[in-house]
Amino acid sequence: MTTMLVGFLPLVDAAPLIVASEMGFDRAEGVTLDLRRANSWSALRDMVSIGQVTAAQMLSAMPVATALGLGGSASPLAAVAVLSTNGEVVGVSNEIAGRMRDAGHSFGMDDAYTAGQALIATANGPLRIAVPFPFSMHAELLYYWLTALGLPSPAALDIRTVPPPLMAAGLAAGELDAFCVGEPWGSMAVEAGAGALLLPGSLIWPGTPEKVLGVRADLADTDPEPLRAVIRALWHAGQWLADPQSRTTACEMLAGRDYLDVPAEVIDRALSGHLTISGRGESRSVPQFVDFARYSPQPDHAAWIGERLAARLGLDRTAARAAAMATYRTELHDQALRAIPGYQRRPTPDDLSFDGQKFSATQQE
Amino acid sequence: MQRLLKITIVEGDPARAALIEESLSRAGQYELNIVTDMNRLTAAVAAQNPDIILIDLDNPSRDALETLTLASAPLERPVALLVDHSDANLTKIAIEAGVSAYVVDGLRADRLKPIIDAAVARFNMFRQMRVELAATKRALEERKVIDRAKGLLMKAKGIDEQAAYALLRRAAMDQGRKVVDVAEALVTTAGLLS
Repeated sequence: MTTMLVGFLPLVDAAPLIVASEMGFDRAEGVTLDLRRANSWSALRDMVSIGQVTAAQMLSAMPVATALGLGGSASPLAAVAVLSTNGEVVGVSNEIAGRMRDAGHSFGMDDAYTAGQALIATANGPLRIAVPFPFSMHAELLYYWLTALGLPSPAALDIRTVPPPLMAAGLAAGELDAFCVGEPWGSMAVEAGAGALLLPGSLIWPGTPEKVLGVRADLADTDPEPLRAVIRALWHAGQWLADPQSRTTACEMLAGRDYLDVPAEVIDRALSGHLTISGRGESRSVPQFVDFARYSPQPDHAAWIGERLAARLGLDRTAARAAAMATYRTELHDQALRAIPGYQRRPTPDDLSFDGQKFSATQQE
Repeated sequence: MQRLLKITIVEGDPARAALIEESLSRAGQYELNIVTDMNRLTAAVAAQNPDIILIDLDNPSRDALETLTLASAPLERPVALLVDHSDANLTKIAIEAGVSAYVVDGLRADRLKPIIDAAVARFNMFRQMRVELAATKRALEERKVIDRAKGLLMKAKGIDEQAAYALLRRAAMDQGRKVVDVAEALVTTAGLLS
């Protein structure tokens, strides 16, 4: 049986990889996943780049950014599967939360307009918001959401990269106003008493790809067979995770010392969508907070990310769009799944942003 | 004469940082700076404007340095990963040792190599120390669990230490498990029953 080294970060959306390995979906497909935990996205990218691991969990924007020559140079990357959809959460410091409450915001976690307008109204100068990586859906969602609500960027928006373990300290020290991060880090900031949750990413744009399985592009071209087995194993893991009865078991698995190493109860918040949003223990329910292995890598998603990055960093948009689309391997993914007995391709939902935009639409010049 | 190369070492542990510093000063003459406060990483690096940044591959703050690779970075000249500047082999050796290097554009490979070599040697030593420490810690934990299990058996069955250990061993062999696993199961169960 082939063994494949796969890197991951201790995040809730590593679930399909962890579940595939723990439940044996990988072995059933003739491949053994050997999971290696890392501490940063750049380390995962470099490990894939030099072949220390074959594949890794990556932010959906990473293969695109690499194709655009951003972020140090690595070997060209390909996204062969979408591991998770949404699952990000925006949170604010206690100080900002207090000002928003004073101004009448109820922290309903149910509307991107009111949450965004309330946040913008509290700013005394540029909003300083932490994201885990400069090339990430976290950053893209923030730029999209806040500029659509009229906040001028970059003049009034300062998005900076802060490793998630340091975000709570940054909020407490008054160096940050807000953050956008994947679970369990939002809930961990609440647990640390450092801030309050304001809005799930799924209400800014439902259906956005959050994490992908990234490999070296040449590998996807020359040796796709073991990757196809992993793609099928991840699909089975996604089906298993979608069953509400799996939740308790999934939380225990993810909580393990070799994986996330945080209390299962904290992980359950993300998987159930019942989030504790503040130190006062207020809770909110978010339907479809996070989904796993929901669809194939979509060229439209890659194109959108590529265009947004290009527009912000002054690159050629048409070239960026083409380069980005080539990194998302829809055909490889579809081919792999067609070998599953009884598999029926579900149409990919055409999800709209909070203000009604489509991914496929080319931006106005 | 060539200007001294400026190297910034990003390392939260001051003792480790000092060891890296010492190793680099033996390799050549450089202007060395150390950043230990990860909360002020980008600002500190921007103020020092180094030619080379060295950081542990396992340091979660590495992602904060990615911003420095952009043309709009707070540095005078953007940095790139080592990959760009030297043969792939040197990069591989560095990453395997657990050190990542960000290097400014246009730095010649022959000026870079002794620095990477010195850092790699030091990081390899760190890794050995880390493995040793983890193994020692694990051995100590295992011994503690086995001692507690022995104590429980001695009390429950009125036997001596040697007999208690023999019992554990036999149970482990019969079940095809490690002695420490059987001991841990016993200690956990006893905790529930008491």
